[in-house]
Amino acid sequence: MNKILLIIQREFLNRVQKKSFLIATILLPLIFPAIMAVLVFVAVEQKKNATKEVVYYVDESGFFVPDTTQFFFRKFEGDVNTAKIAFQYDDSYGLLYIPAFKLSDPKGIALYTKVNPGPNEVGELERILENRIKELKMQRLNIDQKLLDSLRTNVSILNVNLSEGGQEKNSDSRVLFGVGMTCGILMYMFIFIYGAQIMQGIIEEKTSKVVEVIVSSVKPFQLMMGKIIGLASVGLLQFLIWIVLITTLTSIVLGFFGLEMPQQQMMNEMGQQNPAMQNEGAMEFLKMMGQIPFGYVIFNFLFYFLGGYLLYGALFAAVGSAVDSPAEAQQFMFPITIPMLIAYFGLFTFILEDPHGSISIWLSIIPFTAPIAMMGRIAFGVPDWQLALSMISLIAGFILTTWVAGRIYRVGILMHGTKINYKVMAKWFMMKG
Amino acid sequence: MEALTTSNVTKRYTNHLALDQVSISIPQQTIFGLLGPNGAGKTTLIRIINQIINADSGDIFIFGEPLQEKHIGTIGYLPEERGLYKKLKVGEQLIYLAQLKGLSKKVATEKCKAWIRKFEITEWWNKKVEDLSKGMAQKVQFISTVMHEPKLIILDEPFSGFDPVNAQLITQEILELKAKGCTIIFSTHRMETVEDLCDHIALLDKSKKILEGSKKQVKETYRSNTYWVEHKGSFDLPKTKYELLEQQNLEDSFFKSAVRVIDDTSPNQLIRDLTLVTEVHSFFEKIPTMSEIFISLVKGGKNE
Repeated sequence: MNKILLIIQREFLNRVQKKSFLIATILLPLIFPAIMAVLVFVAVEQKKNATKEVVYYVDESGFFVPDTTQFFFRKFEGDVNTAKIAFQYDDSYGLLYIPAFKLSDPKGIALYTKVNPGPNEVGELERILENRIKELKMQRLNIDQKLLDSLRTNVSILNVNLSEGGQEKNSDSRVLFGVGMTCGILMYMFIFIYGAQIMQGIIEEKTSKVVEVIVSSVKPFQLMMGKIIGLASVGLLQFLIWIVLITTLTSIVLGFFGLEMPQQQMMNEMGQQNPAMQNEGAMEFLKMMGQIPFGYVIFNFLFYFLGGYLLYGALFAAVGSAVDSPAEAQQFMFPITIPMLIAYFGLFTFILEDPHGSISIWLSIIPFTAPIAMMGRIAFGVPDWQLALSMISLIAGFILTTWVAGRIYRVGILMHGTKINYKVMAKWFMMKG
Repeated sequence: MEALTTSNVTKRYTNHLALDQVSISIPQQTIFGLLGPNGAGKTTLIRIINQIINADSGDIFIFGEPLQEKHIGTIGYLPEERGLYKKLKVGEQLIYLAQLKGLSKKVATEKCKAWIRKFEITEWWNKKVEDLSKGMAQKVQFISTVMHEPKLIILDEPFSGFDPVNAQLITQEILELKAKGCTIIFSTHRMETVEDLCDHIALLDKSKKILEGSKKQVKETYRSNTYWVEHKGSFDLPKTKYELLEQQNLEDSFFKSAVRVIDDTSPNQLIRDLTLVTEVHSFFEKIPTMSEIFISLVKGGKNE
């Protein structure tokens, strides 16, 4: 046992003393908010500086009333053919041609542009025309705007979670979606990054041939576990630093951009609606963020990271022990990657769409997909029994993979220059001590 | 009490038998040569002694006790496939390896420093292994094998890759360790090493032990009753008693001949017979080298 501690300590110090650890630990939490901040900044600036495009129109119907929220409309006096020629020599965005048409059957309306228009522009023009035609139709039916306004009712559903204790919690599924997605993707990345490091470390020991010196002092299983746990403790330390750094930084970033960002979004979405609503929306968003139990999410993230890392780390260790070079390891990565990918795609196709569906539940209980799947679900609220079952199955899962990996590892590390395939590995697994 | 005895140690891998009922016994304070061609089972036996793998059956005793985990610190092992952590500094590395052998950090540090001083490489203490030359790394590797003062030292092909200067240095250290009471197992197929250093040998071939004993004993067993004679003028000997194996012309009328005695005629009788037919300048027994014994036994086995 003492020797495992020595190996853990050695492994931990080796990694932590490296410059790359320091750089990754400090830069990563800076990079993410920095990228976010830059993106938000660019988006905001673009919206601010966006100039409205000029659209000429030829109206033969006499119905058209320009709506200038997104375009500058200029009427072209003359027929459409002259307009087309004039348009060639003009730097305006488009030429909208509205022929005379029946209200019941608007046909032949065309937009001429020099470049292919984006769906937003076409959609906006269609919206303007549709609204205008609707208005004309209403006039014909003698419905006035007042009557129509009185018919329109605004319903906004307040989503309230009633927990077992009877406490009410407001939630916003979009925010939960975001949290679930972020956690799931991070989990996928971390398991891969740390798992690959395990493998790399073991290949290094094998190629530098120090491994036989070491296993004459400790049991191969002790060496493997020491390495896995040592790296896990590096991971935990890194997370703790990140959590501290990110909380500090996001509060700064949110203070600077956060309040502006949702506001801008709301403004675009709401269009001409009551400006008082805008601030309310932003406040709502921040309130929702506040509602998410971050402590609970972080605790579970750490648990599933550890569990998932141990489960996959053992498999990565087995692969590392079997091969002589990282290039050779590639082919054996495939079966390890498959369940990870299933979980990753499951995250987007099932879990975030329907976090309480049966596939989502199964994905979050099967140990191979649980870390990613459960992180996708966690913010939506997971029943305790499911969480408990998932955790137990994850623990059982990593005990199983560690056992399997240990049996392959003890033989693999002593083999040099053997041609490896799955049959050979199975043989090693079956081999007696 | 023997330093190490194995009795009927057997190890089977899926497709072949690596060790078949191997029993050897290694007296204390000797240098024991474990010989055999590639694939004979030497490394398997050594790994079993180091408890890296387990035997399927058979017993191993080390200094009279059944081999168990606590003996890890009793053994110093230099594997054939050896290396060090490239990114670790020499000092850190040695201390770590010594700690894994069960030494406390304090004792490990003291011992490492003592060895570093002895090899006059103190300036390497803070160098990374990857910055050392191959010869330097080998010295460090040797220190890592012996610094925890093991009573049994197992060296698997110790001189492979060593330059002659380092090989000489290591040889001296080995002899010094033996003088201090250590028992050393040499696994090798470099016969000149065996000839120079080993007191006892065991020969493994095709998973079986085919020969064991002190070097003297073995040579005694495999002496071929052949004598080298340097003489002036060629000769003829009675064919019933002697066989002339070869005769080389050295210069002018000087010759060197190998003569085998067929029955139990004594060397004195041979000299007497020789003086009658030629002028004898020198006379000595043709003692088989370890290499010759090795080759004849291993080849003989193949011809069976």
